[in-house]
Parts: sequence; structure tokens; C-alpha cells
Amino acid sequence: MLLIPCPYCGPREETEFSYGGEAHIERPKQPEALSDEAWADYLFMTSNTKGVFLERWVHSHGCRRWFNAARDTLTNEVLAVYEMGDKPPKLEKRTYV
Amino acid sequence: MKSRYSIFSLLRNALSYHENWPEAWRSPEPKPSYDVVIIGGGGHGLATAYYLAKEHGITNVAVIERGWLGGGNTGRNTTIVRSNYLWDESAHLYEHSLKLWEGLTRELNYNVMFSQRGVMNLAHSQHDLRELGRRIAANRLNGVDSEFLTPRQVKQFCPIIDLREGGRYPVLGASLQRRGGTARHDAIAWGYARAADALGVDIIQECPVEGFRIEKGRVRAVETAKGTIEAGKVALAVAGHSSVLAELAGFRLPIVCHPLQALVSEPVKPVIDCVVMSNAVHAYISQSDKGDLVIGAGVDRYIGYSQSGGLPVTEETLAAICELFPLFRRMRMMRCWGGTVDTCPDASPIVSKTPVEGMYINGGWGTGGFKSTPGSGWVYAHTIAHDEPHPLNAAFKLDRFTTGYLIDEHGAAAVAH
Repeated sequence: MLLIPCPYCGPREETEFSYGGEAHIERPKQPEALSDEAWADYLFMTSNTKGVFLERWVHSHGCRRWFNAARDTLTNEVLAVYEMGDKPPKLEKRTYV
Repeated sequence: MKSRYSIFSLLRNALSYHENWPEAWRSPEPKPSYDVVIIGGGGHGLATAYYLAKEHGITNVAVIERGWLGGGNTGRNTTIVRSNYLWDESAHLYEHSLKLWEGLTRELNYNVMFSQRGVMNLAHSQHDLRELGRRIAANRLNGVDSEFLTPRQVKQFCPIIDLREGGRYPVLGASLQRRGGTARHDAIAWGYARAADALGVDIIQECPVEGFRIEKGRVRAVETAKGTIEAGKVALAVAGHSSVLAELAGFRLPIVCHPLQALVSEPVKPVIDCVVMSNAVHAYISQSDKGDLVIGAGVDRYIGYSQSGGLPVTEETLAAICELFPLFRRMRMMRCWGGTVDTCPDASPIVSKTPVEGMYINGGWGTGGFKSTPGSGWVYAHTIAHDEPHPLNAAFKLDRFTTGYLIDEHGAAAVAH
């Protein structure tokens, strides 16, 4: 079970949160101008990183606020949390084979 | 040619206390180059190697594996085999696989312990019931055996299920695929490995991939921990790591990896002789030949490569199992573990060419990987040998996410998640 430090409420159990997937995916400003490939890339393609991954969570059964987290997807360590709209913190890249 | 396994070889080796069995496959050092290098020594990769050699006469093949054979998702699933998928494309692919399963023990001369004990999918609500009716009709149109069971017939088929009224998960009916069942997970990897090895395929374990040499958009070689291996073609069969290797090769996939958990109980006498799946409550159960109950759970929602999951998921699953089978309430669970499932947005696999010339991908099987092992290897071998897909996997292309031709099996395919 993950222990997730909500930036507003402090550390809480995973069951209080809902998952929002990869963070920092920006909706294209002019979708109608995109090629099919670029649209598919926005819509479907993911980084699915093994290592440090930037993702969104919402504290559904708490403050109900969204935030970003940097988590190692292999070890499940939550390395940082930061507010929506903030730039991700500088973290050491972790590479696993 | 290797010695065949038979009752006579068993007796002969019994006389020497089973100390003289020949090795099932060689462990060669990699050659400098191969026609085809398959990455991933799980069931899919080994099946692909076998069918490349047997069906297409391509024997200068290496299977390279980061750990040991069948140590990934092949050894971590709940071994259910069925083909009752909703959409035509999936039904044809999985049915082809099921037909291969039916002859596999004989073909490989290796007992894969395929047991067609029947797979039952329960309906707990009116909505489930309608979905079920639709799927049964679709299955029958595609020549997949599928039948409807009333609650009374459910009770006859699986007497230990609790159908007293008032439960949290009332059973309103079920679909039954009698040809479905279970198989031995390790045996499928070992059987294909032995058969492929006999046809000349090199199987190289403990050989992680570190990168690719790609020149002018075409893959030339694979960089591994055991040196550079030149390759005419490179085939990825690394479900659970597809995105990682795709990144090394410079393209992106629509795949996300989730932990998917399973658990086994203490062994008991035979008590349940079929597979019961409940789509709505994320639980499925069967009993292994050893006697332990094999129970599968839903996926953890977050992306994860940890090969383990959270207790809330198993708790929900076991709550449902206890509700349906109250006699299991005091069973002790011995082990639980997780696999890493590749999941596509449409819950269908990708067996396809890639943007890199000479490189192929087989992944994104989600929760359907084990049952599809023979069929997956068969169509993948065809795709690699001919540089174009077989009609059975033509729809499972990577570019379906660009064209919009999705095969949406989410919730449609009797899958539990």
C-alpha cells in the first residue's frame, strides 16, 4: 500500500486517493490543425516510465484537491509532491534495465 | 534430436533414480549474429521462436532473456485459458490460440497440463445479464462455444457456490465456455523452449538488453550484457517492459503498466473443479492440481513495475470470494504476488510492425497474455517471417491508435478489469 503525502493534508493511505495518470500532458491549442499521428500521440501515447514518473493524484476522500507527484514506479517511493501548475522539481534520473 | 518423453523414458530413468535425464535445452553463448533475435524468454517469445522454426523454417534464431525462462508474467498469472471475447477480431485470435492449446501437449511432447474444465463468468445484475447474453450470441456467431446457465444450472455446475438470496453479489446467471480451463504456467515456457531448442533455436538467459543499434531507420543489432548481437530482425516479446524497450528504440507506445495481483491458499482436497470468474467484482478462482485455490484480483490503478500490489485490492477480491463461496472464509492464504501487465487503451494487444524497420512488437496483452500464448507466438512468427501480419492479427496493429480502428474489449470481453 502506498503512503501518499498530500501537500495539503499530509501523509494519507492510498485508498483515500484516486489516480490521474501521467502529469504535464498539455492539450494541443489547436487540435483541428494536428495530423492524425500528433493527435494519437496526445490522446494515447504514454511515457509509462520505469523509474521516476510524474503523475497526478486527487485526494478524493480528503481535501478533494488535485496535485502532482514524482514517484519511482519500481520502488513506489514518492519522491516529491507539488501543486498543479508548478514545474516539476529537479530529481535525479533513475534508470532500470 | 532430443530423446522423446514417454512412459518408457520415465521408466528407464526411474531405474537410475532420475539422475540421468538429459537437459531440456542447451545454454549456448550468443553467436555474433542471427537472422532473428527475439527479446523476452517468456511463453510468447519462446512460442514465437518455435513457430518461426517449425512453420517458417527460420532456425537461425536467438531468444534472449533478462532473467530466467518464464520468470515474468508467464510465471505470475492465474493460468486461465478461454476464448469467449466479444469482438470478431479478438474472438478469432483467442479461438485460434485455444485450438492450439488443445493439441499442444502432443505437439510439444511436453505435458502442459491443459485441463478443459470449463470457465464460468457470473452475472450479478440485470446489466451483467444483458452483456452476457450479447457476448454469448457474439461468441456463437464466431464459432466459439458459449452457453447460458440459469442460477440453478450454475449451482449444478459448481455446487459450492452460495446462491441463497440476499447476498451482496446475487448470481442471476452465467456464461459457460466448456472448452476453457487452465494449464500449467511453467510448462508452457519449458515446453516451447525445449521444442524450439530441438529445432536449433539458441536460448540465452541472464542477458538483459541495453540498447539497439539503429542505422537509417533500420535495426541492425541488439546491445546486450553479453555483447553486441547483430540481427536481421528484432522481435520484442517483453510484456511488462514494452515501453522501456520501445524508448530505447526511439518510439512511443499507448501502453501503461499496472500491477496485477494473484494469490494462492493452503492446499486442500478437490473442492472446485471449474474456473469461476466474476467480472463485476474483480475476482476469479480455480483449484490447482496441487490443491491450492488460485485466486486472481483486479489491477492496482497506478502505473507500477514493482511486481507487487496493495492490500486494498486483494482485500476487495477476497471479500467477493468469501461472499460467493462462504466455505472458504477460514482458508488461509499462503502467498500473494504481482505481475506487471501491459494495458492498451482498448484492452487489446499489439502484434505489429513498428516505426523501426526490421523491428516488431508483441505486447499490450493486458490480462489476456497467458491464454493467448500459442496463438500469439503463431501469428507473431508469421508477422516476422513475412514482414506483414497474418489475417488473424492484421487488426492488432500499432497504427490503430492513429486510424481509430480500436478493438474495445474493456468490460466487453468477460475480463475482470
